Amino acid sequence: MNFAFGSPALDAASRLMTPFILMFGAYVVMHGHDSPGGGFQGGVIIAACVILVRLVRGRAGGWNLSPETALALTCAGVGIFVGVGLLGPIFGGNFLDYAALPLSLKAGEVRAVGSLAIEIGVALTVTGVLTLVFDALVEARNDG
Amino acid sequence: MVRLSLIPFLALGAILVAAAGGLPPVGDPESPPATHVSPRYIMFGHEETGAANLVTGVLADYRSYDTLGETTVICVAGLACWLILGSRSRGDKER
Repeated sequence: MNFAFGSPALDAASRLMTPFILMFGAYVVMHGHDSPGGGFQGGVIIAACVILVRLVRGRAGGWNLSPETALALTCAGVGIFVGVGLLGPIFGGNFLDYAALPLSLKAGEVRAVGSLAIEIGVALTVTGVLTLVFDALVEARNDG
Repeated sequence: MVRLSLIPFLALGAILVAAAGGLPPVGDPESPPATHVSPRYIMFGHEETGAANLVTGVLADYRSYDTLGETTVICVAGLACWLILGSRSRGDKER
């Protein structure tokens, strides 16, 4: 995005809201086991935060992800998912069988840890993809 | 051409409306989806997956293979968006 909608008021408001949106996104990802939420929903919330910063401050602002980094995040998310799935066969279970993970917890808790790991992977993928699509649309508009 | 395309559209709609009459009523405990694996998910889901939220328990544990496919689809779709929409600004000559 070559231009930004930035004004002092928008800038201050987005700086105030950004940490809370990120925190809520992480909460939705990690608490998906016990309340409505999960990787897809949490990833969307985190991506909304990234896009908010992009809208207010433009591409140059602060900690913004570059499209290449977002691409890497996307692929890393799928990689985490497949990697956790492959831990099952390595430790003598089935593919995506979290019960085979060598953790000294109760059976249900081990599975919960495995699920949390793949939810984090899903959240990374969703965040990366939405950032990527936003950037692609903005670039296509700027040049077309 | 637009009018011609209405014919298969309406035919398909008629088939769908006719088939909708054969669906089980909402919430029917005897319907096929409610009798196959759902009772097991509901009865043992919490202790087997450790998830208080049954939706996450099913999505991330019982059917994680399905979720892996979904994640891959999202990844590939985003990649395709980026490659197609952003090709102009990256200066690719071939389109």
